[in-house]
Amino acid sequence: METKYTKNAGGECGDCNLCGNCGSLDCPEGKNMYTMIIYSENFAGILNQITAVFTRRQVNIESLNVCASSTPGVHKYTITCFCNEEMAMMLTKQIEKKIDVLQANYFTDDQIFILEACLLKVNTNMMLNNKDVGRIVRIHGARIVEVNPTYSIIEKKGITADILSLFHQLDKLGVVLQFVRSGRIAVTKSCIEQLDRYLEERESQR
Amino acid sequence: MMERISGAEAMMRSLEHEGVEVLFGYPGGAIIPTYDALYDHKETLNHILVRHEQGAIHAAQGYARVSGKVGCAIVTSGPGAMNTISGIADAMVDSTPMVVICGQVGAAMLGTDAFQEVDVIGVTQPISKWAFQIRRSEDIAWAVSRAFYIARSGRPGPVVLDFTKNAQTGLVDFEPQKVNFIRSYKPAPVPEDSVIEKAARLINNSVKPFVLVGQGVELGNAQEELREFLEKAQLPAARTLLGLSALPSDHPLNMGMLGMHGNLGPNMMTNQCDLLIAIGMRFDDRVTGNLNTYAKQAKIIHFDIDPSEINKNVRVNLAVVGDCKQTLPAVTRLLDKTTHQAWIDGFKPYAEKEDNKVIHPAIYPTEGPLLMGEVVRKVSEATEHKAILVTDVGQNQMFACRYFKYSQNRSIVTSGGCGTMGFGLPAAMGATFGAPDRTVCMFCGDGGLQMTIQELGTIMEQQAPVKIILLNNDYLGNVRQWQYMFYNKRYSFTPMVNPDFELIARGYRIPCRTVVERADLEGAIQEMLSTEGPFLLQCAVKAEDDVLPMIPPGSNIDEMLLEVK
Ligand SMILES: Cc1ncc(C[n+]2csc(CCOP(=O)(O)OP(=O)(O)O)c2C)c(N)n1
Ligand SMILES: [Mg+2]
Repeated sequence: METKYTKNAGGECGDCNLCGNCGSLDCPEGKNMYTMIIYSENFAGILNQITAVFTRRQVNIESLNVCASSTPGVHKYTITCFCNEEMAMMLTKQIEKKIDVLQANYFTDDQIFILEACLLKVNTNMMLNNKDVGRIVRIHGARIVEVNPTYSIIEKKGITADILSLFHQLDKLGVVLQFVRSGRIAVTKSCIEQLDRYLEERESQR
Repeated sequence: MMERISGAEAMMRSLEHEGVEVLFGYPGGAIIPTYDALYDHKETLNHILVRHEQGAIHAAQGYARVSGKVGCAIVTSGPGAMNTISGIADAMVDSTPMVVICGQVGAAMLGTDAFQEVDVIGVTQPISKWAFQIRRSEDIAWAVSRAFYIARSGRPGPVVLDFTKNAQTGLVDFEPQKVNFIRSYKPAPVPEDSVIEKAARLINNSVKPFVLVGQGVELGNAQEELREFLEKAQLPAARTLLGLSALPSDHPLNMGMLGMHGNLGPNMMTNQCDLLIAIGMRFDDRVTGNLNTYAKQAKIIHFDIDPSEINKNVRVNLAVVGDCKQTLPAVTRLLDKTTHQAWIDGFKPYAEKEDNKVIHPAIYPTEGPLLMGEVVRKVSEATEHKAILVTDVGQNQMFACRYFKYSQNRSIVTSGGCGTMGFGLPAAMGATFGAPDRTVCMFCGDGGLQMTIQELGTIMEQQAPVKIILLNNDYLGNVRQWQYMFYNKRYSFTPMVNPDFELIARGYRIPCRTVVERADLEGAIQEMLSTEGPFLLQCAVKAEDDVLPMIPPGSNIDEMLLEVK
């Protein structure tokens, strides 16, 4: 099942930042979801510097993922936020200005492959007594990875909208004990590897 | 060649290796090992003991601004480091190259709220170009070299080194390092040839070009390149507050100063030109006024070394991102030799109007109390416009910057982006070390002087030849002016009862004189300039004077007020 982002559909809570209250993925007026992909040296304190740029510019970080990249010694940050393109540009420039940041770029959803994951802990008894649970799990392509007499664990990978849809539907049935959604991870669709290019260029200038 | 020495000694040798000659500092528990090592390096590292760490940081700024070298301050942990914060933030926004070394508790005690432990990195990271904690003696050579490289290269800025006690006392095999490459940091991007060509084409096609000159020209040592650029195509120019000495005051293409208290012509013409060429300036709100009406009719080219300045406040048509020392001559080569006489003549009526309404009355009054403007112009004349102007913040700053004249590079030291009161006195003290052959004139108000007045002690001890001109109006004058203009003359906490400043100067054994009468002014200035060493000249100026012209905050720049209703 695919849910599309609905822009400015005006959910009940208005200025929606994926709080999930209304189940829609409304994006605040004039804004878009941007995914920032940032590479830095593996030094302490850089995450602080990056997040401080968002704070100063009054942009909320919606999700954040940090991990080592495929290049040894280089860390990759994947950050999502709602803003307009001008702001996305300013944010990435100000982040890139930090001495130990190698590159910062922003992308719209059509420019990247996206993955998020979630874990749901549900009440086993209630799950077994309600046929809808299994149906919802199946139509969302989720997996049950643990069943014990007390609780069961459901896992799902996908995009934000599908994951939230799974959660909201199960939550309505009152079976959810815990829910957690990961930060977004993303790789670019481009055939050019920007980081490799950058590092090659810089090495040639050393 | 390796040698096993203490971290503190390694710090001294690293500083020497970077060519440091002067350090402004104040000792304390967490930096004692380094001060112990310094004791053996007094011949090469001239340490100036200040009276408050804010004095050290502003002195380092003054030193850096006039010399172009990296200013260096050294302080202890916790309170010592915290006293430098305003200067670090000031240096960041005003792009001043500086390295600040702070003592820190031993690495084993970090995070335990140990005595005089403050999270200096956490505090300074957002307000510095780079902040690094040296926790091991092994990292000193690398960190110091990297710090100086970052501070002085690209768009300069302050770097903080948080130096833990164990790193100071630990032994290390020392070998100096030279960092001049950081792969994640491109100090000066190089624009494509096509960008240079486009810039030249835009300028060649322009009928009414106007150049905005910022401090970037001085930071890039491109004053000569700027002149050639302007002269070849006869481009009229105006300077920002920090860019004032990048182009001599009397240069025929110099149309004056930009901004809230700048000159009428440059502000008016910004909204009439067809091409705005900004060089090494950042479209601060004090320059642009209301952005919605700022230069909307013009195409805009922005020369800057910092990519994050492009399109930050003002959307530009072309960005020439790079070092203006290179980009300016590259564009100049492609410029047509032209004149824009009719356009340049268009500045004249504004200049005449401002001259009649504002300037003449401000600098040539014939009656009434002394005015700030006349004192400033008299001092400038008495130094043949060759002195370095250092200012504090307030009306004194605006009058000083407006009416001082500049004939040499790097002649203005003022706190622009932050407007830090208390900056003037220590910055001037530092400037005398950065430019020992030049006269340093520091203008300040009665409010600002009292913010760092303790540095009179340093000035006395060093016999630093700061010519202090106190423009005393017994008011926090700048705020009073705003209260007068925008708050119905409600002078909420701006009148001030002042001490006897002459008595204070005498306490510090600094020669001084007070001028009340116009007739005594010139003689007093002569006495100040002919007295060797420091001098305090107190001028009792008009209590309620207003800096004019003025663009009220948030107004359109072509709505400059020439008088206060
Ligand atoms: C550290 C600091 N505190 C407060 C201010 C706000 N402020 C700007 S100008 C000014 C008045 C300055 O008075 P004075 O030094 O006497 O100079 P004047 O304007 O009278 O020439 C004040 C309070 C500031 N810029 N910096
Ligand atoms: Mg005053």
